[in-house]
Amino acid sequence: MNGPMAPTGRRYVGHLLSRLALTALLAVVLAFFALPMLWLATAPFDATPGIHVSLPEFTLANFGAILDNPYALGSLANSVIQAGGAAALVVVLSALAAYALSRVRVPGRDALLYLLLLMSSIVTGTAAMVPIFELANRLNLIDTHLGVILVTSGGLLPAAIFILKDFMDGTPTSYEESARVFGAGPLQILWHIVVPLVRPGLATIAVWAVAGVWGGFLLQFILIRDPERAPGSVILYTLYTEGGQPNLSLIAAFSLLYSLPVVVMYLFVSTKYGFRFHGGIKR
Amino acid sequence: MSGDAAGLGRGRAAAFVLPALVLIGVFLVFPALWTIYLGLTDYRLTGLAAADPQVVGLDNYTTAIGDERFQGSLWLTVQFVIGSAIIGQAGLGFAIAWTMRDRRGPVRRVVEGLVLLSWILPGSVVAFLWIALLDRDGGTLNTLLGTPENAWLLDNPMLSIIVFNTWRGTAFSMMLYAAALENVPPSHLETARLAGASTFQQLRDVVLPRIKGHVLTNLLLISLWTFNDFTPFLLTAGGPEGRSEILPVYVYNVAIGDGQLGVGAAVSFLILAINLVFALAYLRLIRGRNRAEAPLQAPSGRGGG
Repeated sequence: MNGPMAPTGRRYVGHLLSRLALTALLAVVLAFFALPMLWLATAPFDATPGIHVSLPEFTLANFGAILDNPYALGSLANSVIQAGGAAALVVVLSALAAYALSRVRVPGRDALLYLLLLMSSIVTGTAAMVPIFELANRLNLIDTHLGVILVTSGGLLPAAIFILKDFMDGTPTSYEESARVFGAGPLQILWHIVVPLVRPGLATIAVWAVAGVWGGFLLQFILIRDPERAPGSVILYTLYTEGGQPNLSLIAAFSLLYSLPVVVMYLFVSTKYGFRFHGGIKR
Repeated sequence: MSGDAAGLGRGRAAAFVLPALVLIGVFLVFPALWTIYLGLTDYRLTGLAAADPQVVGLDNYTTAIGDERFQGSLWLTVQFVIGSAIIGQAGLGFAIAWTMRDRRGPVRRVVEGLVLLSWILPGSVVAFLWIALLDRDGGTLNTLLGTPENAWLLDNPMLSIIVFNTWRGTAFSMMLYAAALENVPPSHLETARLAGASTFQQLRDVVLPRIKGHVLTNLLLISLWTFNDFTPFLLTAGGPEGRSEILPVYVYNVAIGDGQLGVGAAVSFLILAINLVFALAYLRLIRGRNRAEAPLQAPSGRGGG
């Protein structure tokens, strides 16, 4: 310490330097994350899209290329069927299971839930691609929407049950008791009383399942070889890996159109329920 | 707990749970168990061994473990996990959360929005964005750096997929650390700063002890997810010459590509066993803590990826 002034001055310079370093760090981070995405923002509207980012000569004609491709639009419909089907199945089955597990004491319930959760986190697409491919072959589920729906649902269900049970544990049971007194059956009680109470939970599960299956690649790639049945993720991959000059107008426009639903869903969830909801869950 | 408010009874309760259990049993539990059996056979996609597979015992395991391609793939996977998850995602995620901790307003929203966007966009879209960015002839990176003809994906395939996965997955670590840092009282940091502690000392002595649990959770989860990540396949398909063939890509290439289902199943089982170690460590860690945060569905696992 060289007197009262020196440390203050040094601290001031240090403060200035650290602020500068901070700003520089932020700029680098921003550039790193923005750079790859610029192409997705410019190329779909560029009359002559190149592989690098350039100021677009504005046009919407690229979106017409989607109509010209025999599989592009159909693949989005396939994605809707597969993601929607899986989400519907997961929501219905997990709601039924979570309700029963929440209301009726079954011995070993918590252990079962943990075991299922453990399975769902270790039996990933990567670890199970061989038996799943083999299983789908034997059950004639290759090249079917049902195959994708069943396989993806099997992986999503444990976490969905776990989360919904948490929601249902938090709802009061007194309404159910009075409904029962008036003669309502269990399914009626579930539908009219419990479902409205846990609607945010159901919405979360639905959005999470749709987003997961919509963006999923590996299982769909293994289960579906017929381009007529392939979802957007697989068709997009074939657009840029199949031989010949890739059609950049088509890839750009299709990428944007195919990404839009998940971005919209994310905005919906984050404004309505807050994104930090259940840290382990993506999207 | 009030016993049975809706009057379900054991029988109906079982009927409610059963459909979900059957689906999970057939498409999640059974495949895992079947992998063990398939891994003990010489099963192939086509040919004689496809019609009449023979049990070959542990041959697939000894073959795989002795195979240079498998050993190389395992080593690449270790590089991928340490480089992109532990150093890349956790390091960058913490750095962003730390710099943003007392910022509010547009800068924070833009940074967080971009980081999140790179996480939520579908894998096949971001893969092409990176192919375009790294392209040899006129890719944006070469144009910016003034290095034409630099074929990043061919010359530095591992570095490319490590940087790619850092970009792809930082969001989760950033959010987790942002939440964790809210547990650190600003007054403690202020006291440390006034006592002359450097940023490093503050991090080590004030911040780390309070977020240790979060750090461990974070590292376990992102390691598990990165270890199982198939997205690099979309960028390099394991090439060139297997130089970016991490285990998930190796299994695909061997089992589905070459049709050696038996060998692929044996390696799948090894992946399952490694996943189990990660997951058990994680469950052990969170047991007794808030149980609601338990769901650890991999973002690139069954639903996604």
